[in-house]
Amino acid sequence: MIQLSLLDLSIAALLVIALAFTSARIYPGLARQLLVAALRTAIQLTLIGLILKALFANANLLWVALMAMVMLAVAGREVMARQHRRFAGRWGYGIGAVSMFISSFTVALFALIVVIGNDPWYQPQYAIPLLGMLLGNTMNGISLALDRLTQSAWEMRETIEARLILGHRAEDAVSDIRRQVFRSGLIPIINAMAAAGIVSLPGMMTGQILAGAEPTEAVKYQILIMFLISAGAGFGTLAAVHLGVRRLFDERQRLRLDRLQRQV
Amino acid sequence: MFEVIDLKGPQLPAISFRLGAGELVCLSGPSGAGKTLLLRALADLDANSGRVVLDGVPRPQITAPLWRRQVAYLPAESRWWAATVGEHFPDVQQSLLTELGFAPDVGSWQVERLSSGERQRLALARMLANQPRVLLLDEPTANLDPENIGIVERLVTEYIRVQQAACLWVTHAPEQIARIADRALYLDAGRISERKAA
Repeated sequence: MIQLSLLDLSIAALLVIALAFTSARIYPGLARQLLVAALRTAIQLTLIGLILKALFANANLLWVALMAMVMLAVAGREVMARQHRRFAGRWGYGIGAVSMFISSFTVALFALIVVIGNDPWYQPQYAIPLLGMLLGNTMNGISLALDRLTQSAWEMRETIEARLILGHRAEDAVSDIRRQVFRSGLIPIINAMAAAGIVSLPGMMTGQILAGAEPTEAVKYQILIMFLISAGAGFGTLAAVHLGVRRLFDERQRLRLDRLQRQV
Repeated sequence: MFEVIDLKGPQLPAISFRLGAGELVCLSGPSGAGKTLLLRALADLDANSGRVVLDGVPRPQITAPLWRRQVAYLPAESRWWAATVGEHFPDVQQSLLTELGFAPDVGSWQVERLSSGERQRLALARMLANQPRVLLLDEPTANLDPENIGIVERLVTEYIRVQQAACLWVTHAPEQIARIADRALYLDAGRISERKAA
């Protein structure tokens, strides 16, 4: 594998700086955001590189678990931040985090123990990247779905209540919304799977090939990851929508939009 | 048969009153007095406290969907979630629509093509199909022409008489109160008071 030097990365960074410079006059705020995000990428990835190096050197279940919890905590925050109208209080964080925990961790454990079958199963070189990819994609699905759910409930409150008034159960009153929401959470991964290999070469596979792996081996891992991601994102979205709908109504099946708060 | 004792909500002061079987009571009062909030609380759509009793059974003993079928609320503006009229009525109730003077093919009508009069009459029919014991009507004739006002008034008064149901009808029109009300209530500044129906 050809080693990248700091100079190589600096040259690539020039592209981002050029983009920021070009767009600065039309979108001054966006240029700043772009530079901050690029800087964050550089710092965060450097740090995670160091952490992973240390983690790989001593494969301890406790450290792997700790790392996994930190990743989950950050992903939960990210889901919450992406909601236009989110559930007030700890629910705003809890629904996303719990759904991701249920789906990503279960799918990761399943893959590590049953499919990959490494010894020990928690070997960080496999466990952490796998969980990372699962969490990242599940996070996308869940935040899209929750955002759509709360927004639709808000916009269609009168239609939902029109059904409640007629004696429909809460779950029937939101059945159409629920279907659309679940779809919106799953569309990104369905599109990714449908386009994989034709329109796009997935990042993980590309990385492995760049690092010198045999393309056919890289492809097998990519297929595995795609399947795991779709299961993780799908079950995570299901769980989030289920919990979200429950929270939207109270024990007397009233639509409780007062439980939402608008993001400022 | 319908008893309300100290019904209270976040923006609704404690209110008590009762409706008898076969009774149509008109409710008026300045806007912002809480008339709509009162109807919503009675239908159990907003969080509320207090005692509401229907035919001797306290509300907590009745599931929310069943309660809302029996204590039916008709908002000022009706909402429709499917494309055709028929999708909003379970199959067995199509006959009711014909009884209400709609053509037999009303089920296939497009909701967005309905006139405001048709919409309101169909919304009322949709509600009456559940055979409610109490009707909570929020200015049901506010946007209607005299002919449709007459149809809605006849439909409701007839239903109440035949079914011995009760009705709380929010209206601002004194002549309407005079036409249909057995009793009139007035809600203002957190107090509900009896007004003589003219």
